[in-house]
Amino acid sequence: MSTDVHAEAQVHDHGHGTAGDHSHGTRSDLWIGFAASVVLTALPFWLVMSGTLDKQVTALVIMAVAALQVVVHMVYFLHMNTRSEGGWSMMALIFTIIVVVIALSGSLWVMQHLTTNMMPMHEMSPAP
Amino acid sequence: MVDTHDLTRLIFGRLTLESLPLHEPIIVGTFAVVALGGIALLGAVTYFRLWAYLWREWFTSVDHKRIGIMYMVLGIVMLLRGFADALMMRMQQAMAFNGSEGFLPAHHYDQVFTAHGVIMIFFVAMPLVTGLMNFVVPLQIGARDVSFPFLNNFSFWMTVGGAVLVMASLFIGEFARTGWLAYPPLSNLAYSPDVGVDYYIWGLQVAGVGTTLSGINLICTIVKMRAPGMTMMRMPVFTWTSLCTNVLIVASFPVLTAVLALLSLDRYVGTNFFTNDFGGDPMMYVNLIWIWGHPEVYILVLPAFGIFSEVTSTFSGKRLFGYTSMVYATVVITILSYLVWLHHFFTMGSGASVNSFFGITTMIISIPTGAKMFNWLFTMYRGRIRFELPMMWTVAFMLTFVIGGMTGVLLAVPPADFVLHNSLFLVAHFHNVIIGGVLFGLFAGIGYWFPKAFGFKLDVFWGKLSFWFWVVGFYLAFMPLYVLGLMGVTRRLRVFDDPSLQIWFVIAGIGALLIACGIACFLIQIAVSVLRREKLADVTGDPWDARTLEWATSSPPPAYNFAFTPVVHDNDAWWDMKRRGYARPLAGFKAIHMPSNTGTGVILAGLATAMAFGLIWYIWWLAGVSFIALLAVAIRHTFNYHQSFNIPADEVVRTERARTELLAGAKS
Repeated sequence: MSTDVHAEAQVHDHGHGTAGDHSHGTRSDLWIGFAASVVLTALPFWLVMSGTLDKQVTALVIMAVAALQVVVHMVYFLHMNTRSEGGWSMMALIFTIIVVVIALSGSLWVMQHLTTNMMPMHEMSPAP
Repeated sequence: MVDTHDLTRLIFGRLTLESLPLHEPIIVGTFAVVALGGIALLGAVTYFRLWAYLWREWFTSVDHKRIGIMYMVLGIVMLLRGFADALMMRMQQAMAFNGSEGFLPAHHYDQVFTAHGVIMIFFVAMPLVTGLMNFVVPLQIGARDVSFPFLNNFSFWMTVGGAVLVMASLFIGEFARTGWLAYPPLSNLAYSPDVGVDYYIWGLQVAGVGTTLSGINLICTIVKMRAPGMTMMRMPVFTWTSLCTNVLIVASFPVLTAVLALLSLDRYVGTNFFTNDFGGDPMMYVNLIWIWGHPEVYILVLPAFGIFSEVTSTFSGKRLFGYTSMVYATVVITILSYLVWLHHFFTMGSGASVNSFFGITTMIISIPTGAKMFNWLFTMYRGRIRFELPMMWTVAFMLTFVIGGMTGVLLAVPPADFVLHNSLFLVAHFHNVIIGGVLFGLFAGIGYWFPKAFGFKLDVFWGKLSFWFWVVGFYLAFMPLYVLGLMGVTRRLRVFDDPSLQIWFVIAGIGALLIACGIACFLIQIAVSVLRREKLADVTGDPWDARTLEWATSSPPPAYNFAFTPVVHDNDAWWDMKRRGYARPLAGFKAIHMPSNTGTGVILAGLATAMAFGLIWYIWWLAGVSFIALLAVAIRHTFNYHQSFNIPADEVVRTERARTELLAGAKS
């Protein structure tokens, strides 16, 4: 964890944020990001409206595209990389991913158990 | 006739005169007392012409120290309400035997236990913890304020807004009758058609905004505003635990917000996320709310661990034993706290694999906590221990918390949990860790930092009385509940059939009365200390011969905290400075740039509260108007360019010279 960046940031006054090591990206970066996000938005609409793939695959593709969209936004619009904010952005991202993965996979696992064990079956015949 | 009815509904929603609980003598009596007390307080403020002062210097203040103190005041006021609920439950359960119905009707009793839980967690523990972090963290890291001072003020008032809504439910309408987490299907519109659950939802949503924003604020402050030289591994342990707590807040409170939003969609627009039919699944609510709920208990207890660390090393006169392991234990707890949530519903029907996974993670999380316990013990070992009040609370914590931890590990064993789930054993367990851990920690922290905040120590005699009443009262109140739980008594019961149980409830009731004396002594302690402040005064700024940076400045600190930003060379920065013969700079002061006070936070939070009130009572025009006003004021605030000012160098010189004279007076 590099810390000299923070010591330097301390010199700034509070209340104005600490504009230190932000990279703002170039115009071409923004265009790439814009184009990518337009494509990634249009694609799911097109898939659903045209019905080229079957339902299950469409749903999976949409989720994958959504995840990709998140990455595009972070890289091209939020200008996140491994070095921004002295590595803190990366650290926060890793932590976020850990928590999201735990919450999602854990919920799926738990709810699958609960659904199997506890939910009434639709074609259940009356209990003897 | 129909027209006037429609008009009334349009203006007042479902709020009618019948919504006022005039038929409940207990509530009417409470209302009379609260109203008289309120009128007396408001009258006194008006009589002494304090309104302008309060508004200018406190309500609109963006100073982290004042906001911290206001959080503490809110927490203590709400403690009185939450404890009154506790006392009513204890009396009810001690009386309701042998055919007696007690004094609380079921309708009222269910609201009392719900309100008790909600208030104690959200409006007592959270404000007290946030208040201490707000006050202490910027001082400990040598900063002048938090990263976003206005946001801090806004966060505080949002928390107040939530508290106001919960309090309003006592006199206008009613509160939820669902238990403190409002599980569906009971909390769905079909089974709770009244305003109770809506008060619950909007109270928590409004307060939740404040909590999340203050979490972001403190993370930024700790990451960005540390004094030069203070690397991560030189941060005081309280700052470390605050950092981890705020990370937990930011990562987990959105889950609470989302799950409450889904519940309100079910209630307001007829979706079926958590209903019994139409594909809804109430179990999903339980799953989601505990993904927030388990980190929440660590949000409360981690700062308490930080307080104990500071107190133990200060009053043992030693560097904290195993600083690095303490930091890593805190970080490990932060991560692991996301992996244990299912232990709150082992009995809901998961299979063996799920239950054993979460049982094991729960047992694992007790390891870093145990490691901390040894670190405190080894810090005390061969230390020159001074048994001042904060240290007494710490020792009481160590004894009490270990018992609570052991019963926790017992509950983590799924087969044992099938027996103990929802019993009074569980109630005893979590009170054991929350009172024995969080509350004792907060009292230690209040005693420890009070002289820093106000410039005089707390009275020892009344403090000791309060301490002994609390500790003895706690054991008397909760050990019987362990016994009852093992005998199979479930929680939230209003009347009992088996007369042999009564004696245990009577003992628990006596314990609650002793705790009441403890709270009374605590309030008297503050009053007595204020009266005797000349005698208890601390002019040095370092009354405990302490180790961290907050003690380097005066008590109370000036608005700018430090005239010069300190430079840190070691852990326990202030101890290191004292050892190297640090001399306070006496000249060369410069003007200091500070944020300006603003009333926008109060106004925004007031509008948010009004909007929530409109939504609760279906007064749609009020909700709509407040929402639009909320947006307008927020946008207007972005055009406020007078957000900061300079404290002129002369004033800094004057303030610092006054301190120099005080210090000289103290030495002679």
